[in-house]
Amino acid sequence: MNPIFANPMNLLAQGTGYVFPNERGELQWSILIVLYPYITGLVAGAFILASLVRVFKAEAVRPTYRLALLTALAFLICAPLPLVAHLGHPERAIQIMMTPHLTSAMAIFGFVYAWYLMAVLLLEVYFDYRKDMVLAAEKSGPIMKVFFTVCTLGVKDLSHKALEFDEKAGRFLTVIGIPSAVLLHGYVGFIFGSLKGNPWWSSVLMPLIFLLSAIVSGIAMVFLIYMISTWYRRQKIDMRCANAIGRYLMFALIFDLTLEALDIVHRMYEAGEWFDVLHLVSSGYMYYTLFIVQLFLGGIVPLVALAVLQAAKVSDVVKTRYYLVMSTLVLIGVFAMRWNVVIGGQLFSKTLRGLTTYRLQMVGHEGLIAFMIILLLPFFILWFLTAILPPWDKPDQEPALT
Amino acid sequence: MRKEDQPTETSPSADQGMTRADFLTATGKSVVLLMAGAAGYASWNSLTSRLAQRKLTPIRGYPSSPWYSMAVDITACIGCGKCVDACCAENDVPAEHFRTWVERYIVKKDGEVVIDSPNGGKDGFTDTVPEDQISKAFFMPKLCNHCDESPCIQVCPVGATFLSPEGVVLIDYEYCIGCGYCIQACPYGSRFWNPNKHTADKCTLCYHRITKGQLPACVEVCPVKARIFGNLADPDSPISKFCRENPVMTLKPQLRTGAKVVYKGLSKEVV
Repeated sequence: MNPIFANPMNLLAQGTGYVFPNERGELQWSILIVLYPYITGLVAGAFILASLVRVFKAEAVRPTYRLALLTALAFLICAPLPLVAHLGHPERAIQIMMTPHLTSAMAIFGFVYAWYLMAVLLLEVYFDYRKDMVLAAEKSGPIMKVFFTVCTLGVKDLSHKALEFDEKAGRFLTVIGIPSAVLLHGYVGFIFGSLKGNPWWSSVLMPLIFLLSAIVSGIAMVFLIYMISTWYRRQKIDMRCANAIGRYLMFALIFDLTLEALDIVHRMYEAGEWFDVLHLVSSGYMYYTLFIVQLFLGGIVPLVALAVLQAAKVSDVVKTRYYLVMSTLVLIGVFAMRWNVVIGGQLFSKTLRGLTTYRLQMVGHEGLIAFMIILLLPFFILWFLTAILPPWDKPDQEPALT
Repeated sequence: MRKEDQPTETSPSADQGMTRADFLTATGKSVVLLMAGAAGYASWNSLTSRLAQRKLTPIRGYPSSPWYSMAVDITACIGCGKCVDACCAENDVPAEHFRTWVERYIVKKDGEVVIDSPNGGKDGFTDTVPEDQISKAFFMPKLCNHCDESPCIQVCPVGATFLSPEGVVLIDYEYCIGCGYCIQACPYGSRFWNPNKHTADKCTLCYHRITKGQLPACVEVCPVKARIFGNLADPDSPISKFCRENPVMTLKPQLRTGAKVVYKGLSKEVV
């Protein structure tokens, strides 16, 4: 029996060849660090989808605009959690902000994060929801009235001029937000791509691949949440919107897969000193996660299905089901991509002559339970956000100002 | 009559030539252009002259003295593991982690290379390959290379790891947040996760000893003097003399880490 299946928790019992004595223990970065780029990618991708409406006037996907914003916010709030939970001294985490070492890619995270959360997302949500919050404050009971009034920062002006300003400010923030989202996730790719000591990570394509897969995963996540929440609310899915998102997802997948293929082809052709060990890793355990899950199930299958759905004459129900399955596959595929980068990059020794072992823990601060909690937390936050700031377009109500 | 056809005060007629406003505008534009050109020329000149002054020195000199490092004589090492043992005892290194370790390379007659380092070489080595199959074998002591362009220092997000004034790469254990980025960045496997301190850890060249004029523990105990410690910036130091008299080489020079630990007798099999 394949040892991988014999003991599922001992995921990568390889340990062959020669590894440095200091590499024989646990891997330095485990499943939480897989989660970190996954979550930031969802943030960046969801925001890019929102910006399609606001900046690029993609009116078809307007029903998901606010949902995308709130999704980005919910995931952004949780983005630092896996990082902090992983630290040996979480109580010292603030030092990254207080005394950043400016040559470190990781040190810049605090600033990129703070900028994106404070200067872009929160402000954009504020300007987009200010009118709703003022109206909600008028209708609410005493506690919620105070809550909404605080959220409006006391600006209750609903004149045409004030609403026009909200709209302009929101659009301006989206324009700033696009490069910020690109920066946020491109930078995450740079954390890995800039390490010359690790041939699996060291690639100038890494930030771009991270960015494209972020866009893919963000679109897929908002798409999935949109479909499930619409079904849960017993509303009808706007098929014009669903088809448009399906089309965007397809285009993003084309770019993403092209870059990933380019990366693999380039590595195979260049075949440097690291070739043998990388070949061994990617034809062993990583064969499943890289070629089967990431590239085939998470890339090629959804791409072909989405392309066929563009032309096929099938009922809306069938289409929706396909979209649901394909979005899920894309999300699993992008998670596999993060896994293959983070875990895959540590599965071989720096001797380039041996393979290491990854043991997935169940409990502990880097275990499966911690992972599940941090993964599910954004959904609870999103649920809370949609409860206080409903992102759904009401049929009898026009959008704030268009 | 359309608006455009109406003569205005400022519009020049053919026989009027250039108006004062036109003249001032043209002069202004010329001055701006000239100034931009002059500024561009000056910047270009300054850039090219600065570039001309910058020489690409093949190897830079030592920034200060002392500038400590270690040389290892692979041809002398007998693989007894005393250095590893002394290091672990001196620096309270957790079990199964190593600030220094010894690797054994056995090149078989069929070309296969067998590499091992059981318990970091701390307990010595036992025979694993029959003697008649061995083409050559050697021991390879390893430690932190105390790089001048160290990737671990570059990536530390809080500056907890740094190059001391003596050229030793150190960690401030009270400031390290334990992110592990430096361990990922070190191409030599010299850094490890200290499970007791919950921080990164590594060789300090026995900084607490060398700053008192003593030798690092591993150098002190080596029975065959395979490890030579000293001040690279002092031409009369043992390490300078050793480097002068022997061809020496660093590990993975292609990575441009500025590794300071040098090896005599480095073979192509070494990883």
